[in-house]
Amino acid sequence: MKEEIIIAGFGGQGVLSMGKILAYSGIMQDMEVTWMPSYGPEMRGGTANVTVVLSDKRVSSPIVQSYDTVIALNQQSLDKFQQSVKAGGLLLYDPNGITTPPTRKDIKIAKIEAAEEATKLGNSKGYNMIVLGAFLKLKPIVKMENVIKGLKKSIPERHHHLIPMNEQAIERGMGAVEV
Amino acid sequence: MDVKDIIKPENKVYGKCPVLTERVLHYCPGCSHGTIHKLLAEVIQEMGIQDKTIAISPVGCAVFAYNYIDIDWQQAPHGRAAALATGAKRICPDKYVFTYQGDGDLSAIGTAETIHACNRGENIVIILVNNAIYGMTGGQMSPLTLEGQVTSTTPYGRDIALNGYPLKITNLIAQLDGTCYVTRQSVQNAAAVRKTKKAIRKAFENSAQKKGTSFIEVVSSCNSGWKLSPVDANKWMEDNMFPFYELGDLKDK
Amino acid sequence: MAEKLLMKGNEAVAIAAIRCGCDGYFGYPITPQSEVMETLMEEKPWETTGMVVLQAESEVASINMLYGGASCGKKVMTSSSSPGISLMCEGFSYMAGAELPCLVVNVVRGGPGLGSIQASQADYFQATKGGGHGDYQLIVLAPNSVQEMYDFVDLGFELAFKYRNPALILTDGVIGQMMEKVELRPEKKRWTDEEVIKLHGDWATTGKTKDRPQHAITSLALESAVLERFNLRLIEKYKKLNEQEVRFEKTNCDDADYIIIAYGAASRVCEKAVELARSEGIKVGLLRPITLYPFPTKEIQNMAKQLKAILTVEMSAGQMVQDVRLAINGALPVEFFGRLGGIIPTPEEVVAALKKMVK
Repeated sequence: MKEEIIIAGFGGQGVLSMGKILAYSGIMQDMEVTWMPSYGPEMRGGTANVTVVLSDKRVSSPIVQSYDTVIALNQQSLDKFQQSVKAGGLLLYDPNGITTPPTRKDIKIAKIEAAEEATKLGNSKGYNMIVLGAFLKLKPIVKMENVIKGLKKSIPERHHHLIPMNEQAIERGMGAVEV
Repeated sequence: MDVKDIIKPENKVYGKCPVLTERVLHYCPGCSHGTIHKLLAEVIQEMGIQDKTIAISPVGCAVFAYNYIDIDWQQAPHGRAAALATGAKRICPDKYVFTYQGDGDLSAIGTAETIHACNRGENIVIILVNNAIYGMTGGQMSPLTLEGQVTSTTPYGRDIALNGYPLKITNLIAQLDGTCYVTRQSVQNAAAVRKTKKAIRKAFENSAQKKGTSFIEVVSSCNSGWKLSPVDANKWMEDNMFPFYELGDLKDK
Repeated sequence: MAEKLLMKGNEAVAIAAIRCGCDGYFGYPITPQSEVMETLMEEKPWETTGMVVLQAESEVASINMLYGGASCGKKVMTSSSSPGISLMCEGFSYMAGAELPCLVVNVVRGGPGLGSIQASQADYFQATKGGGHGDYQLIVLAPNSVQEMYDFVDLGFELAFKYRNPALILTDGVIGQMMEKVELRPEKKRWTDEEVIKLHGDWATTGKTKDRPQHAITSLALESAVLERFNLRLIEKYKKLNEQEVRFEKTNCDDADYIIIAYGAASRVCEKAVELARSEGIKVGLLRPITLYPFPTKEIQNMAKQLKAILTVEMSAGQMVQDVRLAINGALPVEFFGRLGGIIPTPEEVVAALKKMVK
């Protein structure tokens, strides 16, 4: 098993921490992982992305050209990475603010209304966990128990009381994803 | 009384400080460095801190200070003494750490390291020997060279329009909250020597009490660089240096 | 089983420093390595191990604070990125000249000048051929994973003290910024002065006692004959390093007709390129130098006997390739593929360069 994923969106959407939680979940499941962010001035309010690779075997390159899954959370990211999904791969996006939806026919395309669901939940910070839930519904590469362990490892202990809220958001995402 | 009588122990009135080595000083006759070295050695001896002292020597005439004062020394890159002292003192807080620097080393290339060490209030002692010239490299202008002073790079005298103003670095240091004791002394006569020794002792005691940085400028002569006899150099210093670089404590808290 | 954590390469350096008994870190912020000092400040090791962490006013001050701490026989380190490392080169030369141990981490970014903040390997020459003035060498380690970022802190200190010479971890923005699994090693206590003396000799400025002569740490030797004798001694030291400390890793080399030589982030990309090329039937392996100084010259010469050609891949205009060519000395074609400016070569590009060479 090897899954090469890029998560891309605006800075502030929780792209990097979502990737970190996913990577940590992989470690809890005894997988090899890499997490490689874009970094620099572009992070300050601009676009942010992170490449996460989860594998049963040692990961060679942490930077890849084509992905098993692209998660695009704004138009720029969708435009930039749509063509990088491997044939037969998955493109997951949030339609909020999207004026030009994806067009490829040789990949699986899924939608998650994450902004809307977060508002309904009254938990705007749960946005990225809703997206994570949607992804895990379509590609259950890590078990939920390991995701919870990953969350505990990623979040500082003083914020551990927020874990149930995050769990709830993940479940919300699992239920709300549309293929 | 012949020589044998004179050297009898009971007739002894003065001895070389045991913290000084037996090596002959390479400094020019009339230079202030030898006197300041002696004072440091005496203070270290009197406080009994030879085994707790780490000194940092500069690039300049005093680069070889380790040849004369019998303590552990680190010889710093040009201007960086205060950074070395910071590294040594932070990791070895029980040691007495002092730097010994000339005006070129401290106030030109080493300005940043000096100001920031003083501003952090490192518990170190900084000795600035100010002879208003680069002695070792052959008498070039330093930031502390006086207006109109002739040096090998200001052959027609320091021109403010060209070279800017003499830098009262010690006054600047006195403004910094990290310093506890800032003073300007000299060593041209016995009274001045006694005052400077007292200042050095006080600075080392400040270190032990973790009061912050102590900074001692010793206004000095460089008769070779100034191209004067030792006596004339001292007179020139009194006539020209002292009015601009006024002696006394600038800060004592 | 030791705890496995997910952390950035830069964070791993900080955690490793605390756990391997480092006495002091002095640094100045610069992207892409600021997490090293940020992590240290967050961890507050002065409350646990007593390790000192200080933000200096410049990289010039940082390296000279290392000079002061190292002169006291302490394990001291700093980290920076390319422009900051240029400023430290004066200090490297002085510390090599004064025979002082220290550890420096260079998380390389694109240059020259202010360049970019993206990953690069364009500081190879600076690291292995000097940077500062005079006949000296740094011990240069090139990690290619976050685990190695962690492990090479301890290894760097070990080599630095064994040879009384500055050691440099030459890494890049990819390895510094990426997160991977790290297995923490058992903690080591900070050395006492007595332990340093027992392990590495009595040379440091610990305060002159009655029973030993003064210790003066200096790189000054005004007499030419004295300096030449010292230079010859340094040459002996570097010779010993070349005999005893060369480290490298070989992957898929046993039956290889061709090898790729790459280090750091580029070697990770090349690992994948080798997988791709092997799946297309090209018998290619990867030689990854782990020590860039001392360089695995002999190993390259030994391998040359079985090879048809070598491809060197770097994120630079071609620096390490010169050492490969010197080792091969014309016996084989040595080709180069590189990307510049902070662009990371893709495995596909490497395979294309390989195919061009094979043809």
